[in-house]
Amino acid sequence: MSSASTTTRDRVRDGLGQDADRPDGTPKVTGGFAFSSDLHARGMLWGRTLRSPHPSARIVSIDTSAAEAMAGVTTVVTAADVPGKATYGLEHADQPVFASEVVRYQGEPIAAVAAEHPELAVRALEAIEVEYEVLDPVTDPEHAMAAAAPIHPDGNVVRHLPLRHGDVEATGEVVVEGTYEVGMQDQAFMGPESGLAIPADDGGVELYMSTQWLHVDRDQVAACLALPPDQVRMTLAGVGGAFGAREDVSLQVHVCLLALRTGRPVKMLYSREESFFGHVHRHPARMWFRHHADRDGQLVKVEARLVLDGGAYASTSSAVIANAVCFAGGPYRVPNAQIHGYAVRTNNPPCGAMRGFGVVQACYGHESQMDKLADALGMDPVELRLKNALKPGDTLLTGQVITGTAPVREVIEAAVAHPLPPEPSDDDPALALPGGAGLTAERGDVRRGVGFGVSIKNLMFSEGFDDYSTAGVLLELDGHGQAIATVHCASAEVGQGFVTLAQQITRERLGVDQVMLRPADTAIGSAGSSSASRQTWMSGGAVELACDAVREALFERAVARRDLALDDADHPLFDLRDGHVVEAGGSASIPLVDLLAEGPIERIEVHRHAPTDPLDEDGQGNAHVSFAFAAHRAVVDVDPDLGLIRVVQIATGQDVGRALNPRAVVGQIEGGIAQGVGLAVMEEIVIEDGKVRNPSFTDYLIPTALDMPEVLATVIEQPEPGAPFGAKGVGEPPTISSTPAVAAAVRAATGLALPRVPIHPEDIALTPARDG
Amino acid sequence: MPIDRPTDLDAALASLSDVPSAHLLAGGTDAMVEITFDQRRPEHIVALRRIPELRGYRVDDDELTFGAMLTYTQVERELASTAPGLAMAARTVGSPQIRNTGTIGGNLGTASPAGDTLPWLLALDARVELRSVRGSRELSLADFVTGPKRTAREPDELITAVRVPRVEGPQHVAKLGPRNAMVISVAMAAVIVDTTNRRVRAAFGSVGPRPIRASDAEQQVSDAIDWDALTCPDDAIVHFADACAEASQPISDHRSTADYRRHAVAVLAARSLRRCLAA
Ligand SMILES: Cc1cc2nc3c(=O)[nH]c(=O)nc-3n(C[C@H](O)[C@H](O)[C@H](O)COP(=O)(O)OP(=O)(O)OC[C@H]3O[C@@H](n4cnc5c(N)ncnc54)[C@H](O)[C@@H]3O)c2cc1C
Repeated sequence: MSSASTTTRDRVRDGLGQDADRPDGTPKVTGGFAFSSDLHARGMLWGRTLRSPHPSARIVSIDTSAAEAMAGVTTVVTAADVPGKATYGLEHADQPVFASEVVRYQGEPIAAVAAEHPELAVRALEAIEVEYEVLDPVTDPEHAMAAAAPIHPDGNVVRHLPLRHGDVEATGEVVVEGTYEVGMQDQAFMGPESGLAIPADDGGVELYMSTQWLHVDRDQVAACLALPPDQVRMTLAGVGGAFGAREDVSLQVHVCLLALRTGRPVKMLYSREESFFGHVHRHPARMWFRHHADRDGQLVKVEARLVLDGGAYASTSSAVIANAVCFAGGPYRVPNAQIHGYAVRTNNPPCGAMRGFGVVQACYGHESQMDKLADALGMDPVELRLKNALKPGDTLLTGQVITGTAPVREVIEAAVAHPLPPEPSDDDPALALPGGAGLTAERGDVRRGVGFGVSIKNLMFSEGFDDYSTAGVLLELDGHGQAIATVHCASAEVGQGFVTLAQQITRERLGVDQVMLRPADTAIGSAGSSSASRQTWMSGGAVELACDAVREALFERAVARRDLALDDADHPLFDLRDGHVVEAGGSASIPLVDLLAEGPIERIEVHRHAPTDPLDEDGQGNAHVSFAFAAHRAVVDVDPDLGLIRVVQIATGQDVGRALNPRAVVGQIEGGIAQGVGLAVMEEIVIEDGKVRNPSFTDYLIPTALDMPEVLATVIEQPEPGAPFGAKGVGEPPTISSTPAVAAAVRAATGLALPRVPIHPEDIALTPARDG
Repeated sequence: MPIDRPTDLDAALASLSDVPSAHLLAGGTDAMVEITFDQRRPEHIVALRRIPELRGYRVDDDELTFGAMLTYTQVERELASTAPGLAMAARTVGSPQIRNTGTIGGNLGTASPAGDTLPWLLALDARVELRSVRGSRELSLADFVTGPKRTAREPDELITAVRVPRVEGPQHVAKLGPRNAMVISVAMAAVIVDTTNRRVRAAFGSVGPRPIRASDAEQQVSDAIDWDALTCPDDAIVHFADACAEASQPISDHRSTADYRRHAVAVLAARSLRRCLAA
């Protein structure tokens, strides 16, 4: 921005609303950034985890003696060595630190070793003898619900959430019904789980870890290790992406236990293969819907039964199913509804948080239904959506009235206003056809389709959760007598750009150029999770509050100065501009550096969002804080004979409240769409009898540059009341409705029903077309 | 772990004769994956990159010779007009990084059913040249690949080159996978309309334990083609496609199903032949 800036806030260099550079951008691109996998401590040992090869088995015996006797193997730990609580979990502590009597999923940890060399650790694992009595795994959620003997003492239904809204007997003149499935998606973050634990002199432990929520990790580790929380000190290590997969504990307890047992630093680092077993995935879903509408296309009622497979342990399943149920109607006015949601325990891999968190599954269902309804009504699918689009003041299925912004019409109109890609032509590069580099098709083999999807996503934690963030800001003089601000917040930077935003907010509120960030750690209060699209609102808000408290302190110092003429010393009006505290309306001003010469100013503030309520027995209540909306239009080319798909373009309109860093917002939109496209056309963890068949990037496919469509994005800026700076979270919406949009486009191109994502080639190539 | 870095072929053969269990390192793109997954723990390595005799290729009037250390990138860049089908196959392999370092000799050495150069080589009756201190021999590719990731190579033998006859006429190679790049073949087809010998050549990958030659299908369609006009009746193309599918022996696994693979063989065979005839 121009250096001639004078007084307006908007002109602060790299302040809010500008494309400020990421402080970690250059090091990440040039390879200088230290990820958690790069951690090293002098004399450290290497930890590894022994995992069950069986999805369901009774453990008859574990013999670690041979492993313990190996030279260079420092220690072997099992469930018997866990000093505190034997289990952990985000919502229900139902997951053992180590399985001791039964294993409930393939890959469940049984023991851990620490050795002088990673290879020795591998060999030590091989030397541990575990005798199993292998059992038949329960892998179908319907069977699990009906099973006489539960997989876990807490039962097989983690949560049944009914929702009844309006007149559940109401019927519409036009009724469409469908059953839809979503496969198990992996977050496929770049950097597998890793951490370094260092035993401390006070009997505690320091843990450097890539995670999404330091404090919730700390509390679980402390409980399992029987330590007071302040003796488990965590610092965020460089995070290579998260997308929900780092919300649950993975190796945290294991690595700390090994460090405390050996009295030496211990590092653990999962391989990619182990990572597939080391974190939760997106819940596979089976969903039945019945939509009722009147002849004009006005929605009358939505009925649904949603079954999510939570796998062996609860993780965040109860919150995930709540999202699926609450938003099963989509971003539409639905006066009546009856929905049953079930999160079910099976012997499949545990499922939990992933970008979109339950709404992804529901959205694929309701958007497929909206297309079916449009078809039945003979109505344009976009028109049907516009007709039913929510707006402020409307009521959700939960009975909650939308008091904030709800630009559903605007996001839809923005998505469809983008130009369509050029018509296919014989001059298109061969690589751009479905099949890409494989040269399997020519233009004539390919059909084009267009599809839509629209979504609603709740922002931040819901259902009465006490959701808050803490931030500290220190303003002082640096060695050159210049003002420098330092922000301290435990908000996990997982790639979303909180580090950039914290600097932008601080520059903006304090008018200083130099803003440093302290490492995120547990020396300050919790910032909550970097999930649920919440950190801009929650921790951004906390940083703003802390900045404002520092401003107040500055103004108090200004008041104390006698040379500033004051009309009303009790209620002075000041502003901070160009490194000066200035009196509002007056000409008097004091340089900031003069005020700071009196000493540094530090303030720590806690920020909470407006409280929410639990859902009642009918699934009704003001359970959510705020909502973000997105619309996607997908254009695909399909080779129906081979079933190959090339997503050509995705046009989107997204409700962002206010774009605090437009470039970062577009980055989230593009990345989110990549994951949405992946779920639509390729990403699936293949499970057979409870066993993962493709735990590697050789076989778990994510989109490459050739699979990624052109993205045309319009952000809709309607500042959200109550949100710091009017900004809504932007991370999740792009993932949610891009999947149904792509699926709809493939249906349009092929005429097939395609009730399941990801759509595999054989689903197209081997399914007879609906109408010949 | 000792690593020999011979700078000529004789030294390499001598190393291999001394330690026949040594692991031969070409581009290492298969080797590193196996080591990472702990499927291979080499005790001794003989690295092949410094051996000039294994590099490059030779174009003779009636024959093409590809050195074992020829990389995919070289094939793509330098052999697109001389060996168009091989260049198409090379372009489908992995990512640019893999193509820069991965070699034809490595593809043969691994002999995966999904090895992407193998169908084209098989369709052309390629001959694999093997050398050891004991001498040299040549095996047809069909004899060389004995099963999934199994070959007739003796432990002290080195693959030095692979040879194919030089034929005129259009070629097409098509690789099918559920992603538009960087994917393991679910089915791979190589079709050559060999106008020199007036015969269609067709072979397929990933649809059997070894690359599969569709000899009956070749024979039938070769008889149906008007070799002067280079045209073929449509029903003969359909028969050809069906016969290719018939020749395939696909399995169902986590990557795909046998039914889909068989179906894909037919589609790829017909399309590849049509593309050749239209070229
Ligand atoms: C990310 C990735 C993507 C891939 N994609 C593809 C793909 O699309 N298509 C495909 O076909 N393959 C693919 N591969 C596999 C691999 O790249 C190829 O098989 C490649 O040709 C191997 O060549 P290399 O030179 O790297 O072999 P290396 O790994 O060095 O060797 C492979 C094997 O051959 C033996 N060997 C090598 N040279 C000789 C020789 N001269 N004489 C005797 N034995 C020898 C080695 O001992 C070893 O057993 C991929 C691999 C990776 C990691």
